[in-house]
Amino acid sequence: MKILLKGVHLLNPEQKLDEIADVLISNGIIEKIGDIKESELQSENIYDFNGFYCVPGLFDMHVHLREPGREDEETVLTGCNAAASGGFTGVACMPNTSPAIDSAEVIKLIKEKAANHLVDVHPIGAVSVGRKGEGLAPIAELYEAGAVAFSDDGVSVKSAQLLRNALEYAGMFNAPIIEHCEDESMADGVMNESIVSTQLGLPPIPTVAEDLIVARDILIAEYTGQRVHIAHISAKKSVELVREAKARGVRVTAEVTPHHFTLTDENVKTYDSNFKMNPPLRSEEDVKAMHTGLKDGTIDCIASDHAPHSIEEKELEFIYAPNGILGLETELGLSISELVNKKVLSISDLIMKLSVNPRKILNIPVPLIKAGEKANLTIFDLQNIWTVDISKFKSKSKNSPFDKKLLTGKSVAVLNNGKMFYENEFVSLT
Amino acid sequence: MPLSSPHLLGLQGVPAEDIKLILDSATTFREVLERPIKKVPTLQGKTIVNLFFENSTRTRLSFELAQKRLSADTINFTTASSSTKKGETFKDTVKNIEAMKIDMIVVRHESAGVPHYLTKITRANIINAGDGRHEHPTQALLDMYSIKEKLGRIEGLKVCIVGDIAHSRVALSNIHGLITMGAEVSVCGPATMIPVGIESLGVKVYNNINKAIEEHDVLNVLRIQLERKAGTTFPTLREYHNYYGITAERLNEYNKDILILHPGPINRGVELSSEVADGPYQIILNQVTNGVAIRMAVLYLLGTRP
Repeated sequence: MKILLKGVHLLNPEQKLDEIADVLISNGIIEKIGDIKESELQSENIYDFNGFYCVPGLFDMHVHLREPGREDEETVLTGCNAAASGGFTGVACMPNTSPAIDSAEVIKLIKEKAANHLVDVHPIGAVSVGRKGEGLAPIAELYEAGAVAFSDDGVSVKSAQLLRNALEYAGMFNAPIIEHCEDESMADGVMNESIVSTQLGLPPIPTVAEDLIVARDILIAEYTGQRVHIAHISAKKSVELVREAKARGVRVTAEVTPHHFTLTDENVKTYDSNFKMNPPLRSEEDVKAMHTGLKDGTIDCIASDHAPHSIEEKELEFIYAPNGILGLETELGLSISELVNKKVLSISDLIMKLSVNPRKILNIPVPLIKAGEKANLTIFDLQNIWTVDISKFKSKSKNSPFDKKLLTGKSVAVLNNGKMFYENEFVSLT
Repeated sequence: MPLSSPHLLGLQGVPAEDIKLILDSATTFREVLERPIKKVPTLQGKTIVNLFFENSTRTRLSFELAQKRLSADTINFTTASSSTKKGETFKDTVKNIEAMKIDMIVVRHESAGVPHYLTKITRANIINAGDGRHEHPTQALLDMYSIKEKLGRIEGLKVCIVGDIAHSRVALSNIHGLITMGAEVSVCGPATMIPVGIESLGVKVYNNINKAIEEHDVLNVLRIQLERKAGTTFPTLREYHNYYGITAERLNEYNKDILILHPGPINRGVELSSEVADGPYQIILNQVTNGVAIRMAVLYLLGTRP
């Protein structure tokens, strides 16, 4: 089947591509870019995308798909649907499932569940068996089965020695270790430590708990010459540590979530557990540091930390409610509203952070927009003003603090693996 | 004039007129407590639930007595652990109790914010009887009442709260209430017990107890939670007593005229020496009596609010 995307603004900073053209796609493969005669096609296969950006499919390198173990909260299928709806064609999923992704069997299961979906799912293997911080997980076996990185996400790799070994072992495959940075002994709290936590009487987590592990990890990465990726960076000092480390050539990369560049601990004042996450929402100053870090390249990419939780769990008392919020379906809108429209990032920078860089960190080829390549594309409308409505989310869970928020910028369509998601439906392109 | 809010969640943001109204009403109820028949029909026909998710003997007894003195119907729901551990969520528990047609809820919970959450899921008047380390407004009100009863005023007094400020709900409520009523408020304790940013609430921080005794009219001495982190936030109870314990020697040396409050229960020989706990400086048992009057006032003002 042939389809025509009319008048799209093609943008791929990797190819130095920035032009307005028509794209002819045949059986999911880009056949031709340029001026294309409509007479070649049936009218229902012509999509008038005039004025919309068309970029290499967006990629979220930090999501929780909850399968296996908590299929009541999300499954590989519903998570992939949420990703497609949010404008993503690929995700990397974290290993804190039950059982953890610490065996080839679990990777195989996830890959099977994701087979034939528009969205590519790349599992991240556990660093340690059961994420317990004791013995190393079978990293080579996991890598061979398809793991693109390794992490004990939810917690930091427990000891410096274990991290060193993991970095060196995973380094044989050039796979990064992704670190949730939090010193356990200082993190016995539920929100950021500040005057707000003092006023709210909620047990605090200081920013230094994050800074400490960021510093540790940078030093060990530097010592071993291996790659560490800082997940959901949230503290100003941590950004400074990464900036300094990059300047002296340490192989460190970092991601930030939309909520950490949008919200502050002031939002916790309602005691709404949809503002409870780990790392916790920080201060205005930290949010500004996220913007600066994104702008100057210290922070390489945006990732959602998409964390579905059941309603009954999120409705618990604040100190008992689980950490985390949904991210996939608000990520692009928040990034455009908060970063592009507030002049923190250009569109081209945004595509680097949401599509190009996360793939590079995980050694996944960046999709090219040219004839002969598979169509792996996201088409989005920079101008669309829309209201977030959690009841329309594809995700199985509903825990988002952004419900009813007005956002600017929305995905129009995604294409990948011979499929297209458009107007709330998956259609086959073959 | 009625209270400005249908709930008493904390003293942060509560206007001075409301605090004054509660304190004045408590004077009337304090008088009722001295009568041979200590009961008034004020809340007849009202149903009040005491929802205690955390152990508390005296606060619950004080509320219960206040409710009985006002002729309200009261029921108690006490559980040491959250109902969620039994499979029923907190919300379900509350919804079930509300379905029994109740008018007011007095709640104690180890998580800050639970009273606020209750206002969103029920239509009852909510009274916070202590939420986590956040607030315990009726305790601060009875402290203020007791200070005023003894010294004739609150405005202009120098009041210092001593102890584990970081883990105390009594401290925060006292800070908000006392500042609103025009007192100068300080806190005193080891640095590990002073929460971040407390100065920005308008309080002065002392680490030296002798200096704190010297420079204040009133000390509100908090209970040291014996089960809490001895060895981490402070080295030993002995060291705490030696450096922060209120003793007769200290008071005699630094300020003989100081007034000592304590929310109870006292750890004798830790934050207060027995001599001080039983001595002439303190009004600890007056606080307990006044607590009933304050709770009657709060229940009355909320329960009859139009």
